[in-house]
This record gives sequence, C-alpha cells and structure tokens, in this order.
Amino acid sequence: MAILVIAEHDNAALAAATLNTVAAAAQIGGDIHLLVAGANCAAVAEAAAQVAGVSTVLVADHPALAHQLAENLAPLVSALGRSYSHVLAPATTAGKNLLPRVAALLDVEQISEIVKVIDADTFQRPIYAGNAIATVQSSAAIKVISVRGTGFDAVAAEGGNAAIETLTGAEDLGLSAFVGEELAKSERPELTAAKVIVSGGRGMQNGDNFALLYGVADQLGAAVGASRAAVDAGFVPNDMQVGQTGKIVAPQLYIAVGISGAIQHLAGMKDSKVIVAINKDEEAPIFQVADYGLVADLFEAVPELGRAL
Amino acid sequence: MKILVAVKRVVDYNVKVRVKADQSGVELANVKMALNPFCEIAVEEAVRLKEKGIASEIVVVSVGPATAQEQLRTALALGADRAILVESSDELSSLAVARLLKAVVDREQPQLVILGKQAIDSDNNQTGQMLAALCGFAQGTFASKVEVAGDSVNVTREIDGGLQTVALKLPAIVTTDLRLNEPRYASLPNIMKAKKKPLDLLTPAALGVSTASTLKTLKVEAPAARSAGIKVKSVAELVEKLKNEAKVI
Repeated sequence: MAILVIAEHDNAALAAATLNTVAAAAQIGGDIHLLVAGANCAAVAEAAAQVAGVSTVLVADHPALAHQLAENLAPLVSALGRSYSHVLAPATTAGKNLLPRVAALLDVEQISEIVKVIDADTFQRPIYAGNAIATVQSSAAIKVISVRGTGFDAVAAEGGNAAIETLTGAEDLGLSAFVGEELAKSERPELTAAKVIVSGGRGMQNGDNFALLYGVADQLGAAVGASRAAVDAGFVPNDMQVGQTGKIVAPQLYIAVGISGAIQHLAGMKDSKVIVAINKDEEAPIFQVADYGLVADLFEAVPELGRAL
Repeated sequence: MKILVAVKRVVDYNVKVRVKADQSGVELANVKMALNPFCEIAVEEAVRLKEKGIASEIVVVSVGPATAQEQLRTALALGADRAILVESSDELSSLAVARLLKAVVDREQPQLVILGKQAIDSDNNQTGQMLAALCGFAQGTFASKVEVAGDSVNVTREIDGGLQTVALKLPAIVTTDLRLNEPRYASLPNIMKAKKKPLDLLTPAALGVSTASTLKTLKVEAPAARSAGIKVKSVAELVEKLKNEAKVI
C-alpha cells in the first residue's frame, strides 16, 4: 500500500500544510510518495526530499503546471493516482480546488477535510461548520482525501532522505489560463501556520485601530486575524478572516479582541490550545470557550498588554 | 447565453444543529430549511448577468427531496426562469450529485454553470469541481468576481494569501465565495410570479444515473465541548497566567 501526497508550494518553497498532510498519511500507514508539480520547482523537490517519512519525491516540472491550474494538473494526478491506495492533499484553497477534480477523473468519491484517522478506510471529519463530527468509512478502491492541517501535528521538515524521480507527460489542455494574482504581503507569519494569533472583531470599530493588534502581534511573533464581522464591516481584507467561511486555525495561543464569538467564528478557532478573550461585554459567547477571559475596554487593555509583554 | 445554477436545500444557517441521540445523523425533523447561502449567491450572480444582458436564460436545478421545490421556488422568485428538480430522498454523495448534474448539463447545454462552493451541511466543497471534471470544462472555484468576455470568462478567485484571476474557456463552471455579491430579497410580486414559472421533475433513473456510493457514515457525534475557563481581573494577571500557568508566551 502506498500513499500519494500532493505537496503544496509556490515553486520556491514547500508550504507548511504539506507537513500536516504527510502526518495524516503516516497515520494511515504505508509508503509515502510526495508529488511536487510545478514549473522550475527543483528547490521545492529538494526540500520535499528532506521531509521525514517520505520515501519518494515525484517531480513534474512543466510550464503548463506553473500555476498548478486544476485543468492541467488533475489529469496528471489522476493518472498517477491509479497506482496508489490513497491520494491526499492539504485542505487549503489549492487542495480544495484540485482534489475533487482528481477524484471525479478517477471515478471515486472524496472524503473532505479529515481531522482524524481511525484506520486506513475510516476517518473523522467535521460537518455543519464543526457542530457535528462524522465518522466516515470508504470502500472505494482509491481513497481521495483532503486533510485539515489543524487536525494533525506536522512531521519534521528535515531528517528524511527521499529519492527524487522525474515525471513527464504534463500538457496544457488550453481550457484555462493564469491571468494574475494579488497576494497580500506581510512580514508576519501566515495565519494557518502561526503559533500565536491575535484577532480583532467588530469591537475594533475601524481598520485603523487594528494597528493596536499589529503592535502586540509583532511583540509575540503572531499573525493577525479577524472575525467575519470585522471583514464584512470593511475593517480588514477577507484573507484575514478566521472562521468557517475563512481560515481554520489551531495555534498555541489565540487572543480574541473585541470578538463576540459567533458560531461561525468559533468553528474556525475552537481547537486552539489556549484561548484568551478580551471583550467589554461580559455576556459575550466568546467567554464560554475562553481559557482566560478579561472583561475590559480593549482600547485600554490592548495597549496595556503591549507594555506588559 | 444560457446559465445553469445548481442549488441545495439545507438546514437554515441560523439554526443550531443537534446531533441525534442514536448518532445516526443530525436532527432534521421540524428544523427550518433554506437555500444554501452559497447557492443563493450563485442565483444572484446569474440574475445580475441576465440584467447586464449577458445571460438570456437562467435554469435552476436541485438534486434532493420533493420539498426542495420550495428552494427552487425561492430561486425562481429571485429571478431564475425555470427550474428542474432531480428528485431523490436518499442522502447523495457529491460525486452522485455531480453525475446527475452532468446529465442535466448534457440536456440543457448551458454556457456557464454556477454553483455554491460548498453546502453548509456536509461542508464537502466537491460538487462543482467534480462536475467540471465530468464535463471536461474549466473551473473557477471560490469566485469573488466573474466577468464574461466573448467566448471566455475571467474569474477572480479567493485563494489562501490573496486573489488569483484565471481566464476560462466557455462553457465553464464557477463556484461562488461569500464576497461575490450580496443576494437581493425576493419581492412579493416576484414570489407570486415564481409560483407560475415552470418546474420540471426528473429522477436519477430517468437520467440513467446510478447514485450508489462507496461512502458510509458510521456515526455522527457532537464535538468535544470546550469548557469555559476563568476570568482574570487585570492585564497583569492575564500575562502572569499565560507565562506561568499556560506557558504559551
């Protein structure tokens, strides 16, 4: 039994989510092969070969795969996937875009966003925005699975020594073309990879006040997130959103500032190890999940927190 | 051009769902049902394309129980022209739904198919991508902007870390993300008019599609509850606890 894991990367560096997905593969058990598909992605392949537990790195380096468009990548992955018992990808936007297309080409059903491996056929996954956990068993010949990173502790990025094999056969099907992208540039860690997250909600009142959170975040080496209410109010961009409709995070420390704690927000952060809530409304639902709650005006408490750190 | 919009009947997003005592699933009896929010955005986008003169006809399709006619009527009231229900009382997998929708695409020959990126019950986020694969169409998932230009459509997608724009050859599949648009409310006259719009009933058998599944839900449980912790009185106490008790800073 061998497991194919699709590596997430930007042709320059291997994304952390790959390591969580390899961890899920290791729990299923079997030979783990990591697919690096991209263009001029040799550096990623080198990094992938170092990942603990990976026996083989398969590299598909072709201009048609430069932006990993699902139309061009899915045929390659599905052709490859026929030789495996499991095909796994991180449940990131890239994985979510690609994997169902692969599953349909393989004519098998997919299991989305697993958070736990029971055995090689049985998995747990959240449904209804995390308000219920389903245990699902698959009798499909090939199990196609997306992995929620927060459910699995990452394997070590170094220590492995996988063989690197080159794949050929990629082509541009001409169905889709990359036009451009706008990536938010930030010195701070990515939300889904951060050990500490400071998030602001509607209580921040406006986008400028998020500067308070950036100050504290930089002292803690933290990422900055936001509730959907803050995003919808236009305080901050959508890619900062933590919640069922945004990013699912599980850092060591999550500090919720001026966030009431709507169900959809809780679904995105309730697996954090330690949750701190700062809110002036002592009835706010966020306090029901917080390990440490501080009933205070955030405009006084946050600067004070900055001084105390 | 003709647009096909696929919609799903789900538990209303305001309802707090409860797991059944026998762990067979989520309690659905006497629970308010609604159009899946991402599907509502899909209908709205199609209606806007029609208002701009780009779309000529909007066909809305649902796969689900007979009661899903209510959600199809909602879509008709929002501006769809006619509806199709592929009736099945079974809980179908995303692949089965994609196969059924493929059969509808073959009959209707739309230039653009718009779906929600996921249903808020099963949270699968699969059907649109699977339909694209089965039809051999391009896919623009998690769309925050859709611009039709000639025989292609530019879709701006919400990706981790920002936005990506792709150009897709038509016919194509688009799945909606939250910020694509804000759906309108149906007006009373439009709700009345929707009752007279055509609604065709089909079955998986009539479409010649098997809905057999290799997935079995063994049980559904409530998530582990997180218990409330303590209230601290001051920032100083908070920092002390985080350093010495939780040891996270």
